[in-house]
Amino acid sequence: MPQEAGEQYKQMLKNFLHSQGEKDLYLGQQFSRSFIDKNIAPEDVISIHKNSIEELIKDLPSDVSVSFDFLIEMMIHYGLALQEHQSLIRKQEAIQMEMDIAVRMQNTLLQTATPEAKGLDIGWISKPAKQMNGDYVYFLNETSNEVCMAVADIIGKGMSAAMHMSMVKFGMDSLRYEKRDPSEVLSFINKMIEQSISDSMFISMFYGKYHADTATFRYSSAGHEPALFYSAAEKKFSLLESKGLLLGVKEEAVYEERGVQLEEDDFIVIMTDGVSETRTEEGFIEMDVIEDLLLDVKTENAQAMVDYLFNELSKMQDYKLRDDFTLVILKKTK
Amino acid sequence: MNLQVEQVDKDLVHNFKIIGEIDIYTAPKLKERLAQIEQAEGMDVELDLSEVNYMDSTGLGVFVGFYKEITAHNGKLVIKGLNQRLYRLFEITGLSDIMQIEQVEGGEHDASI
Repeated sequence: MPQEAGEQYKQMLKNFLHSQGEKDLYLGQQFSRSFIDKNIAPEDVISIHKNSIEELIKDLPSDVSVSFDFLIEMMIHYGLALQEHQSLIRKQEAIQMEMDIAVRMQNTLLQTATPEAKGLDIGWISKPAKQMNGDYVYFLNETSNEVCMAVADIIGKGMSAAMHMSMVKFGMDSLRYEKRDPSEVLSFINKMIEQSISDSMFISMFYGKYHADTATFRYSSAGHEPALFYSAAEKKFSLLESKGLLLGVKEEAVYEERGVQLEEDDFIVIMTDGVSETRTEEGFIEMDVIEDLLLDVKTENAQAMVDYLFNELSKMQDYKLRDDFTLVILKKTK
Repeated sequence: MNLQVEQVDKDLVHNFKIIGEIDIYTAPKLKERLAQIEQAEGMDVELDLSEVNYMDSTGLGVFVGFYKEITAHNGKLVIKGLNQRLYRLFEITGLSDIMQIEQVEGGEHDASI
């Protein structure tokens, strides 16, 4: 192969020596691509040049000829650097391929439809900071009388995050017909995850269930950020806190369950630490910043509130999310 | 970003002081250092985090892993010197119920919000 390339190179060099024109120069430049494709190392290119010029110019001074041997030696390390670079690119491609599979798997898992529930307006967003989202939102609803929702934050990225996400989804799906309470759902998922998670991994998760008949929201938390509750009558925010350990740490963990009664225009905000721990140039934002933003738009519908909060908080970070951002707003309507 | 782990004392209780930020970049270093501690039955380990001003969930993961290892040997883990933000992180995650955690001296003891 190099022989054939050598012949072609010689012909092109000959044309150029004769014309010294742009066109032949350009052809040479194009031809270098085929050298790269054929994995011809830089030092071999010089060797080809040396042979060609010796054949083309019969009375080439021997010093000039020998000088190419010097140049060949000079180029050997460039050749090695190039090889190294190519092997890195191949490795990177392999990693990227795994990442693509994980992202595709995740996108399948992340498909969740915003449910219709009587008297409840639901808005949500989940934006990854990078390619892969460590946050997870999942809704289940069988009847318009009952809606279940989970917001989870998984540490780690790539395949392992996608795998753990699938466990959360599987856990919820397998209990969907059993009318279990939030605390039972978390215990079940915790047992499942604890068996198969590596030691320094965990998942935080908030699980809630809305009953339209009584307009009550029952919730449990596995080490997740407390949700915010706004009472329209009292014009006040409070935290929906509930005791419970992160998923995957201890098999026999128990999860407290609490409830809150919703009146018209009350709303609940469930988030991940990408929202509550928004970090700006000046440091972390305080919860009252989020509360003030929510008050700005409290008369809007749930999705408009979510979108407003996302825009304002990402603006504060110069539109560069440092962490995955997930926000769910549940708003009581008539 | 920098992270240091210093062994302060070596008697019945193993004391370590961690200095720096614990995030996705430094967490592997911390994990490696803690893994070097020879696990003995019923061993008590105290980690001083008074000079850790930032930690993310990867950092928390390192402590969870270390906690599991120590309890597997019936030992006890104490994490002390937590600033208010870190203290709240251990509380929210429920880890404060299974590990002994202490706030930095002079910090507010009632960290409920």
